[in-house]
Amino acid sequence: MTKSAPSSAQAKPSLFKSLEIDTRLLGMIGAFVAICLVFNVITDGRFLTPRNLFNLTIQTVSVAIMATGMVFVIVTRHIDLSVGALLATCSAVMGVMQVQLLPQFLGLGNPLIAPLAVLAGLLAGAVIGAFNGWLIGYQRIPAFIVTLGGLLVWRNVGWYLTDGQTLGPLDKNFLLLGGVEGTIGATASWIAGVLFSVVAIWAIWRARRAKIAHAFPVKPLWAEGALMAISVVAILGFVAIMNSYQVPLGRLKREFAARGEVLPDGYTEVYGLPISVLILIIIAIAMTILARRTRLGRYIFATGGNPDAAELSGINTRLLTVKIFALMGVLCALSAMVAQARLANHTNDIGTLDELRVIAAAVIGGTALAGGIGTIYGAILGALIMQSLQSGMAMVGVDAPFQNIVVGAVLVLAVWIDIQYRKRTGEKV
Amino acid sequence: MTQTVENRGTPLVEMRDMSISFGGIKAVDHVTVDLYPGEVVGLLGHNGAGKSTLIKMLSGAYAPDTGVIRINGEKAEIHNPRDARRYNIETIYQTLALADNLDAASNLFLGRELVTPMGFVDDDAMEAETRKIMHRLNPNFQKFSAPVSALSGGQRQSVAIARAVYFNARILIMDEPTAALGPHETQMVADLIQQLKAEGLGIFLIDHDVHQVMKLCDRASVMKNGKLVGTVDVADVTDDDLLAMIILGKNPITGEVMAG
Repeated sequence: MTKSAPSSAQAKPSLFKSLEIDTRLLGMIGAFVAICLVFNVITDGRFLTPRNLFNLTIQTVSVAIMATGMVFVIVTRHIDLSVGALLATCSAVMGVMQVQLLPQFLGLGNPLIAPLAVLAGLLAGAVIGAFNGWLIGYQRIPAFIVTLGGLLVWRNVGWYLTDGQTLGPLDKNFLLLGGVEGTIGATASWIAGVLFSVVAIWAIWRARRAKIAHAFPVKPLWAEGALMAISVVAILGFVAIMNSYQVPLGRLKREFAARGEVLPDGYTEVYGLPISVLILIIIAIAMTILARRTRLGRYIFATGGNPDAAELSGINTRLLTVKIFALMGVLCALSAMVAQARLANHTNDIGTLDELRVIAAAVIGGTALAGGIGTIYGAILGALIMQSLQSGMAMVGVDAPFQNIVVGAVLVLAVWIDIQYRKRTGEKV
Repeated sequence: MTQTVENRGTPLVEMRDMSISFGGIKAVDHVTVDLYPGEVVGLLGHNGAGKSTLIKMLSGAYAPDTGVIRINGEKAEIHNPRDARRYNIETIYQTLALADNLDAASNLFLGRELVTPMGFVDDDAMEAETRKIMHRLNPNFQKFSAPVSALSGGQRQSVAIARAVYFNARILIMDEPTAALGPHETQMVADLIQQLKAEGLGIFLIDHDVHQVMKLCDRASVMKNGKLVGTVDVADVTDDDLLAMIILGKNPITGEVMAG
């Protein structure tokens, strides 16, 4: 504003500045790539195979879905320690519905079973989440206490609902939502990839036009073009990887045999995009729009930045807390759906310690515990980084205690790096 | 109560017999103040005298235990900040009440976002409006995309003022608006107050700088220990009279000294 500004402002903008890419995002992508490369070298190229990357993504989905909601919780200066337990309760509800209750009325294999079970789980998640939010927002009990209690309560409500039994086999349609079973094949994957690419290009182009319409400064055209190109390459590259994971021959043989056919010579089939990953992508887009383009999202970040200011601006911060925790509950239910389908049954210990993974993912992804700062894509990348570390170490054969030691240390290290970064850029720590 | 009983018609704001207590302590004790259009009324007193608390009942942040608020002579129901905004009451808080992590436009429109026909927040439109009003208030202001934590004290103050002015306030409450400012920026606020006054707004100015009040205000209401010492025409009193009111609780017209 005063004399010191011109010298730096008139300097030629750096490459990243022109592209206006978040340097923190670059750092996280860098960390992820580094982890992948290191494990790839150690495992003689087994880490960066389509098969492993496919498994990595479907293993990440459950934690990543909850991490997107945890961003909102932490941004508003709360915490949710009960997400793993809530996941277990929602999973129990869905399990009981599709294994015990619904088949009695609808008959086994009825196409309504999966949607009704999911609906019941979502409802349970929303109600329990809203209840947590009410205790925190209206009764002013600290979120730490409410959700610490919830951790015990909901884990054991899940246990009670199922008598501690493992529930299975699950409904056939339900299984599609989580695991290796549920992929959409090569053609549909390419179509989805092209669709997402078109949407990405359209979004970048539209943002530019809106800025021009208001006569705001815009990025140089080449920078916009580069951003579009990067997005498209990333999307289609991911589809290409998923589409090059071939269904194992043994399994194809079994499938054909089940249909009473013989596997033709030279026949191959690929998995393509998993449905669970599509669910995560849709949730990520929806949550990002919610965070950036809706009043609710604006109020969440404003409340995190300054709760008093939010209140004085006429924002009902108590109701806001209820909404945030209800949303967290719904996301726990969606996570439960994906996790249960991937494991092919409901187990009593489903989601154990997930609260720690989810919080770690959000924090590694740049969500500040002081509130007001956090991104959806960061949390998802954080979940991916954690999962790739864990999977990589398992592949290398690192002992289980060391795996956990490393993951714990990485969490602390990540936050330390983030603090250093913020000191440099002069942001609030 | 008021020494000047000249007939100026209906007051813009009338706060009659306001009381509020916190945990048994009477923060505001049966206080009556009023405000006319085109007038600046200073609220003076030590820290803890109750001036901010009194005014927070007008801005909807606190609910009074007793008392009636009238706007243009009609009883007003103000239960929260949203109600106050509906009566065109805008407040610039001492703390500025800005969300540090958001940019100027988001803060200016906080709680009153402009939305697209689809119902999404329209950041570009809000930034365009913010650029317009900031051009009027503080032409040097350029940091539209930075979070307000990156702004200087004066810049933050101008965001807070812009927020109050943009929405056509008729009653403006300023809680120590110049406390964190340098001389140049203080002058800017003083000019703005004169301008808004000329436009017919009523302004409550909370301050504990007597000179500032003598310079900017038409009348001054002085509070001590939650009670009103008195309301005086600034033209009728000296700096020392006001100081005596603040420190001793002594009314310069009647000569009464407030008990306690």
